[in-house]
Amino acid sequence: MSPVVKLLAQRIALSLLLLLLISVVIFAGTMVLPGDVAQSILGQSATPEALANLRAELGVNDPPVQRYFAWLFGAIQGDLGTALTSGQDISEALASRFWNTLFLAFWAAVVAVPLAIFLGLVAVRFKDRWPDKLISGVTLASISIPEFLIGYVLMYLVAVKLRWFPSVAMINDNMNLFEKLNAIALPIAVLTLVVLAHMMRMTRAAILNVMQSAYIETAELKGLNAFQVIYRHAFPNAIAPIVNVVMLNLAYLVVGVVVIEVVFVYPGMGQYLVDHVSKRDVPVVQACGLIFAAVYIGLNMIADIVAILSNPRLRHPK
Amino acid sequence: MSDTLLKVRDLKIGATIYPPGEKPRDIEIVHGVSFDLAPGKVLGLIGESGAGKSTIGLASMAYGRGGVKITGGEVWVNGRDVLKSKLGDIRKLRGGEVTYVSQSAAASFNPAKKIMEQVVEAAVEQKKFSRKEAEARARTLFAKLGLPDPENIGERYPHQVSGGQLQRCMTALALCPEPDLVVFDEPTTALDVTTQIDVLMAIKEAIRDTGVAALYITHDLAVVAQVSDDIMVLKMGNTVEYGPVDQIINNPQEEYTQALVSVRSIEHEEKAPTAEPVLSVRNITARYKGTQFDVLHNVNVDLYPGQTLAVVGESGSGKSTLARVITGLLPPREGEIEFAGRTLSPDLKGRSREDLRELQMIYQMADVAMNPRQTVGTIIGRPLEFYFGMRGKEKRKRIIELLDEIELGEKFMDRYPAELSGGQKQRVCIARSLAAKPKMIICDEVTSALDPLVADGILKLLLELQKIEDVAYLFITHDLATVRAISDNIAVMYQGKVQRYGSKSKVLSPPFDDYTDLLLSSVPEMKLGWLEEVIAHRKMESAGN
Amino acid sequence: MKNIPISALIGLFFTALYFLGAIFAPLLAPYGVGEVVGDVWEPASSDFLLGTDNIGRDLLTRMIYGGQTTIFIATAATLLSFTTGSILGFIAAEAGGWLDQAMSRFVDLIMSIPTLIFALVVLSVMPVTIPILIVVMGLLDSTRVYRLARAVAVDIEVMDYVEAARLRGEKTSWIIFREILPNALSPLVAEMGLRFIFAVLFVSTLSFLGLGVQPPAADWGGIVKENKDGIVYGIPAALIPAFAIATLAISVNLVADWVLNRTTSLKGGRG
Repeated sequence: MSPVVKLLAQRIALSLLLLLLISVVIFAGTMVLPGDVAQSILGQSATPEALANLRAELGVNDPPVQRYFAWLFGAIQGDLGTALTSGQDISEALASRFWNTLFLAFWAAVVAVPLAIFLGLVAVRFKDRWPDKLISGVTLASISIPEFLIGYVLMYLVAVKLRWFPSVAMINDNMNLFEKLNAIALPIAVLTLVVLAHMMRMTRAAILNVMQSAYIETAELKGLNAFQVIYRHAFPNAIAPIVNVVMLNLAYLVVGVVVIEVVFVYPGMGQYLVDHVSKRDVPVVQACGLIFAAVYIGLNMIADIVAILSNPRLRHPK
Repeated sequence: MSDTLLKVRDLKIGATIYPPGEKPRDIEIVHGVSFDLAPGKVLGLIGESGAGKSTIGLASMAYGRGGVKITGGEVWVNGRDVLKSKLGDIRKLRGGEVTYVSQSAAASFNPAKKIMEQVVEAAVEQKKFSRKEAEARARTLFAKLGLPDPENIGERYPHQVSGGQLQRCMTALALCPEPDLVVFDEPTTALDVTTQIDVLMAIKEAIRDTGVAALYITHDLAVVAQVSDDIMVLKMGNTVEYGPVDQIINNPQEEYTQALVSVRSIEHEEKAPTAEPVLSVRNITARYKGTQFDVLHNVNVDLYPGQTLAVVGESGSGKSTLARVITGLLPPREGEIEFAGRTLSPDLKGRSREDLRELQMIYQMADVAMNPRQTVGTIIGRPLEFYFGMRGKEKRKRIIELLDEIELGEKFMDRYPAELSGGQKQRVCIARSLAAKPKMIICDEVTSALDPLVADGILKLLLELQKIEDVAYLFITHDLATVRAISDNIAVMYQGKVQRYGSKSKVLSPPFDDYTDLLLSSVPEMKLGWLEEVIAHRKMESAGN
Repeated sequence: MKNIPISALIGLFFTALYFLGAIFAPLLAPYGVGEVVGDVWEPASSDFLLGTDNIGRDLLTRMIYGGQTTIFIATAATLLSFTTGSILGFIAAEAGGWLDQAMSRFVDLIMSIPTLIFALVVLSVMPVTIPILIVVMGLLDSTRVYRLARAVAVDIEVMDYVEAARLRGEKTSWIIFREILPNALSPLVAEMGLRFIFAVLFVSTLSFLGLGVQPPAADWGGIVKENKDGIVYGIPAALIPAFAIATLAISVNLVADWVLNRTTSLKGGRG
């Protein structure tokens, strides 16, 4: 087996193991921690009989290991259990919300990634001059403001004062793509702002790192023009770090989505999760937590896989 | 076509520096340098670090590294002033008329592309040759430069060949477009001495066979003497002396040049053993944790009181591992170490404070051997406090004594390491080890990171201190000139074994074993024609086999 | 100390201002924290410098008390994450071997889940009180401090001057406190600033989601939540905390930046 295949297999296996352990942590986090779930759901005034009934229904009386495996095998088969508060099937309720969240994250990425890479290149091109300084100033400001506040500032200015876009992002299946995009324009803008700064800065660092290599000097001393230097020598080496940057930020974006959905009342998974945390609906929280973690781990895995595939030392062993 | 290929007149080069906490400011690093180079000739540029030699080399390609800018003067290549040329013309010059070989080929090759692609790139781009012609030419050059499998080596990626081979590939890269001038920037400095000579030979033959002119930049006068027609000695951006190689080597006019020529000619009379050894290394075999092979095999050496044992070898010979075993950082698998009449615990933890005090160590990189947050006084004072319980005035007095011994003086007491020069830092490290009043000091490559003249100063100081303090040195080095200068006994190490061991005169006199012969004959000597002699000698030997 | 750059001075000034405001909140606030003193969303006036909130409480008063809560929680969480993270990080670096492996892999595991998601999962079963918030935030964030502290200590650990101290026979405590700590301090202090900002943003986010500080207590995130409905009517009350959070975060950032620069460039720094 070639070392690349072996490394890839190892990396994928590691992700699966991580996911399994995460499921244990999430399960343990919601089950073993102090705090009586039944009490939390029914409140202080609940009668002892009601509490006992609910505990039996939740399976709280079974040993934790047994409950974990029951939950895990269910989850693998797509059965995430039923919501305590509504009695709804979680998988069913999540399906459309999951796609809505992906829809939002996807379009945010479509806007943010090219923009961030372009601005990162601008910052490199004008290193230590005003465009670079402006970009790092904006970065500092934007990591200092929480996502939901960027959301409200934009909502206040763009939706309420200028009336360009709707202030809430309601979408449903009867809308066509354009209507949907119009509805989510503001959340996309906010998410873009949230990840842009980081992505730009990291892209800048990644490209500068490559541009400062001795082999770039060699290429310049061969009399190549700036385009040839970048295209032939910088790009092949910069691609892995840039993909890495993009993936890390997409993972970050997935988390940002949670808050933004609440701000814009968007019918996605994030809002669903937050709602059910307040209601202390544990099975829903577990299910959402697991899915968010899986996406996050998956994106990190892709970043590593790209890095492995683009490393000449691994592709062409001695 | 003029008969001067490269003409440099009153070249001034500036740079912007960014001192921490201050405003950036411009400084001049080369102050008006002039020289001429005729076609097919080689000019050596020599100087210590900060002399501006690389900067001048790159200026001949109208290139400034980082924030470096050419601020004045003229650089004529083939009758054109390149500093006044348009960018398009400069591009034709770079990679076409003038090419460049850097110190670190490993960093200068793009790791993502095959060697051949990179070697022919300039030649094809500058339309000197078609791709096919260029590749054929590259293969010829690979063969000429003595690379193995010249037909196919170009298909490999840079990480798939060794450092010495890659340096030769870089030379092929520079020669492939048939340039008029090649700038060699310390091309052999990063290599082991036995590899250096091969690359040096390859470069010299390639220059001779292709008739290309060259600027050869190095800090090693003995190396440059082998390849140059003329030499320019530089110091702090100024020309010190400029003349034919014969005059510079055999009849230097300036004091600085004379110092460079006579560097490493310290005379040291070998001492015979007078007492029982202070250190006996007995049958030491060692390996690193988690590895499967031994890096030291059955090593036996002795060090006598007040004397110096030089342990010499190339990278990977196990010489630094030996130091780690003696200090107790790496407990050996077998064997034992006797020190001052007692058997030392193999592990650092088992050693008494007395053991630790009497066995001190000085490191190669003085920079990282001192805590940057402690003053010189604290650094030297700590062993006094720790081993002898000295405090206050008594301690201060002793620190000043030690500072005087290392020729720095009291004023250095409150300085931080970062305020000192390389040589001064190493002196402070010496004082710190002397403060413990040791019986022996392990010196691990203590001069290799220093410029030759500074290194000479340190060696002289160490010899002087040996007389005063009667301390023994275990001197680890890859540099045979240093060995000659300082040792009484020598152990030559190769692949974890002691290859040859004995008194200096015995080890350095024939008959030699093969490795010692190779090692000794590879050390560049400060005389003209040395390289040819070695080449001839080796050819004869291989013909004889 | 004489040449502090202007940006750091501004940062120091505002950081101090916010902290003093938090400490002396009861003295500074014109009204009581839960006191209804006017109409809903009154505009700014001489009585109510920032106007009133969604049920007619004085917004300035809410902001001052809110700042107290937010800064207190963030400071406590930062101190917790910092002590836990750096002590465990140093221990891991010093000890090495299986202890280091076990702790580091565990931290990797925790860090492979986004912090917010993890916090939400935990808070879904825990009673949401201020001590619990501090512990959850502090422990989750300590994973990041752990990584940095361990990395910095491992870097310094292999320096020849630490080896020289070992060969001299110095005790572990000397090595940690006299050789490693002085050199690790600057990145750690700068990191502390960043962790504090993160804690402010985090507790604000949780409160905004209704899972942090519970009413009637005020905190900046909660003020946004209470007043967010005003946005659609063009009432910017919810944006005032945004300004407060951003200025506090930027000020602390400026100070942290300066600490990092100042100490790494101290007499040429560590190299």
